[in-house]
Amino acid sequence: MAKVTRGDFFKFAGAGAGVLLTTSELGFDVAKATEIKKQLRIAGATEAHSVCPYCAVGCSMIAYTRQNADGSVKLLQIEGDPDSPINEGRLCPKGATSMQLAISSRRVESPLYRAAGATEWQKISWNDILDKIARHVKDSRDRTFVAVDKKGNLVNRTDGISFAGGAAFSSEEGYFATKVMRGLGLTHLEQQARV
Amino acid sequence: MTNHWRDIKNADVIFIAGANPAEAHPVGFQWFMRAKLDPARGPGKGGGAKIIHVDPRFSRTSAVADQYLRIRTGTDVALFGGLMNYVIQNNKFHDEYVRNYTNATFIVNEKYGFSDGLFNGYDPKKRSYGATAWNYELGADGFAQRDMSMQHPRCVFQLMKAHYARYTPQMVETITGIPQEDFQKIAEVVGEMGRPDKVMTIVYAVGWTQHTTGVQIIRSGALLQLLLGNMGRPGGGMNAERGHANIQGNTDHAISWDILPGYLKVPMPGQKNIDDYLKASAAKKLDPNSWNFFGTNYKKFLVSLLKAWYGDKATKDNEFVFAYLPKPDGNSSWMTIWDQAIQGKMEGVFLSGMTATSIGPDTNQVLQGLSNLKWLVVMDAFPTTTSEFWHTAADMDPAKIQTEVFMLPTTHWIEKPGSFTNSGRWCQWKDQVLPPQGESMHDHWITAEIFQRVKALYQKEGGKFPDPVMNLTMDYKDPLKPDFDELAREINGKDLKTGKQMVTFAKLADDGSTTSGDWIYVGSYTPKGNMMKRRMGISDPAKNDPTGMGFYPQWSWSWPLNRRIIYNRASADLNGNPWDPKRPGIKWNGTKWVGDVPDYPPAMSPHDPKAWLPFIMNGEGTGRLFSNACVDGPLPEHYEPMESPVQNALHPSVQNDPVVYLYDKKAGRADRFGTTADFPIIATTYRLTEHEHYLTQQVPLLVALQPEPFVEMPPGLAQEKGIKNGDLVTVKSKRGQMIVRALVTNRVGQVSMGGTKVWQVGIPIHWGTVGIQAEKNPDRAKYWLANALTPFIGDANSRTPEFKSFLVSIDKA
Repeated sequence: MAKVTRGDFFKFAGAGAGVLLTTSELGFDVAKATEIKKQLRIAGATEAHSVCPYCAVGCSMIAYTRQNADGSVKLLQIEGDPDSPINEGRLCPKGATSMQLAISSRRVESPLYRAAGATEWQKISWNDILDKIARHVKDSRDRTFVAVDKKGNLVNRTDGISFAGGAAFSSEEGYFATKVMRGLGLTHLEQQARV
Repeated sequence: MTNHWRDIKNADVIFIAGANPAEAHPVGFQWFMRAKLDPARGPGKGGGAKIIHVDPRFSRTSAVADQYLRIRTGTDVALFGGLMNYVIQNNKFHDEYVRNYTNATFIVNEKYGFSDGLFNGYDPKKRSYGATAWNYELGADGFAQRDMSMQHPRCVFQLMKAHYARYTPQMVETITGIPQEDFQKIAEVVGEMGRPDKVMTIVYAVGWTQHTTGVQIIRSGALLQLLLGNMGRPGGGMNAERGHANIQGNTDHAISWDILPGYLKVPMPGQKNIDDYLKASAAKKLDPNSWNFFGTNYKKFLVSLLKAWYGDKATKDNEFVFAYLPKPDGNSSWMTIWDQAIQGKMEGVFLSGMTATSIGPDTNQVLQGLSNLKWLVVMDAFPTTTSEFWHTAADMDPAKIQTEVFMLPTTHWIEKPGSFTNSGRWCQWKDQVLPPQGESMHDHWITAEIFQRVKALYQKEGGKFPDPVMNLTMDYKDPLKPDFDELAREINGKDLKTGKQMVTFAKLADDGSTTSGDWIYVGSYTPKGNMMKRRMGISDPAKNDPTGMGFYPQWSWSWPLNRRIIYNRASADLNGNPWDPKRPGIKWNGTKWVGDVPDYPPAMSPHDPKAWLPFIMNGEGTGRLFSNACVDGPLPEHYEPMESPVQNALHPSVQNDPVVYLYDKKAGRADRFGTTADFPIIATTYRLTEHEHYLTQQVPLLVALQPEPFVEMPPGLAQEKGIKNGDLVTVKSKRGQMIVRALVTNRVGQVSMGGTKVWQVGIPIHWGTVGIQAEKNPDRAKYWLANALTPFIGDANSRTPEFKSFLVSIDKA
């Protein structure tokens, strides 16, 4: 078999349709390989770039999807991105099984509400649950807001509401949470960094 | 990390403590192995980097280490004190670096003292030290006095020498259980790393942070690195392996009680205006050659943040609405939240992708707290041990729990774009791959909806000081659905005069003409676009990594300013030549600094007598061996974990860190600490490769790989108790119990402290009352929560819980 370096391979790949690759250049039958490729699970799929949701190494992933006839999107495969200077295409068992995290019948499908003293969840619409929560936020803020503390200092804080979390959502969501929660006067603002 | 993952391949010695990267960060660990397999790396003549692993447990990291030392959990300050003593006594420190780039030459105020476990200024009633106890001796010019010869009895170098003289190899053995011969072997290897042409990296994780002395443990590593001249250099630094995909990004954007985005301090009661705030928060210049970059520009960063949040409502005339920022009533950290909840003072809690029941500490107290809340909002893709606490936790009677619980299904990482910042500060943008499953919603759209509804209620009804709510900027195309790119641009900030995105934080202003949601992210989204999306990777190393140092400067974007190694001025000597020409960080080429993005003015000549010192962010301009920034001491000192089987060998009269906040005692609750009389075994908690906290209990393949909780125990202990591998055992602490399988293995063992022999066991944290296995075993799962055992106490500085050292008993179930 001819020795082909990674650099050579990328050159071939980048050369485009005008170049006819021969068996002697790559050491195997390219035409046959192309035929086989057409049947690959990810043939014709859309490639997207993602980053693993688990630890803080930040492995790059390539996610393959295909749009079905009815418009729904099917996730076909997640694998490591060979171009990343961080993981160079590798994933650990968690990243490698992340399709099962992404698509899961175990997820919470719709909002749920548990009343005080109740033994069961009730289904509830987004609109109703958001209204209930907003009512609580306003009432708790009004009840526990301290404008001036016992020493006469202007503090403008909401003592009775806390927000915690965020280590697995995007930075942009996290920044927005900080902005909104500080805006509401919260001082008890925490996340996984503390623990 | 001061450095980054790929950089670890540049090290000659990789010192891993309080971490198990082969198992917890497996793909990152390839860089450790590359160093090991690289003949150009290593002590002596090379032949491969050496890995030293210090850990209570023998793990897969230990298996490939060149030296493994079993340590008693929580005693790393004693080990590093011993290494510092060795380095100082044997003159192995990097002399030129220490003299010029650290505060070793700074002279400390004569009030300073240390005696029998306490530093000067301790108030036993308040359990705290005075604020100004540890300052330098200042000259008439207001700068710190220095002695370049390092002979002055009160210069930092001499104080350190005296302080760590007590940490003899014998003392190290007595405290840590590490035999002197083993200590000596690693001391010799470490000592060699003080040579300018050698470099060591220290890699650590929660095995260092999760102690009542966590911050000082980490500082002891940093001090060693400063003595050896390894900070700021490729292959060097202090490298924290963080735990979650975006914990770094969210720390940067300050979802923490004590900071604002970009590590600005949160304003405190008594600070009436921005000047008061700056006096208390911004560092003072302590040397004529100190740039004091952060302190000097602090106001610009704060004002730009206030303009981002309050727009036109924030003006020079109203102090840029500084008064809107809420000022905390003292510590408001994670444990304080639950402490307040237990006392009935917390009405509502939002938890976003974070489950309090499983995290604890002292889960039973946290459950009490949850039961006292009026309302609890859980934003998560899956049910959690917290969303389900009211019907799954042990001894919970739903009829008695009045907490209203709201479960909001959120989208997953793959259903939304946005960036994740990894441990190495690389901010990588990800695409949206799938649409949201079911009715799930993005976390920030949920937050936006709630905010707008609260705002509407204030509009309609009025209420307590609504101004900060009414005036918060929501300049998005759709305020209910802010776009990820809109937010990323807001975080970067813009010049209000031109409307253009900012390119560098050096151009932020304090007059209200610029905005920036987080100053350290300036440069991530410039007029050229989203720098975090860049993908010039290893497919073309010659083009994409021109220095060959592994920087790959056009793969994503790192803060600050795409710099890969921070403090990199310290990678070159006083003339601008790299300490090790084979591994340059930055180099002065006669006109400018080249290599990595310089952490320094690009055209400032090293030959200029006014040239800045390398550590540009602090008041000194130098690395701080001695520092007054910590509440429990200016130099790390060994204190025992709160639950310990032995007396503090250095000073029995001061057993534990004297500043640790005693939550239960202060709240008038009964003591929840156990002693060896009932709990004779040392326990530590840890993580497995196949699980990530509690989320992976929902992933079938991972549950199949690691199905059941267990406790790792040594064969000797198992024999004593008549326990066989696989038996069900009860693990108890003063606070709670677990009933899990025994995994009998030599990976854990006994430690001997001056003749007192104690067993150490390890407990993985991942199981609880919710998940695939819990559903199959609901009664057993009630006793699967590892944090039912851990103590409700945390680090003196950070209040990070002491998850990693506590006492238990183990018996056949």
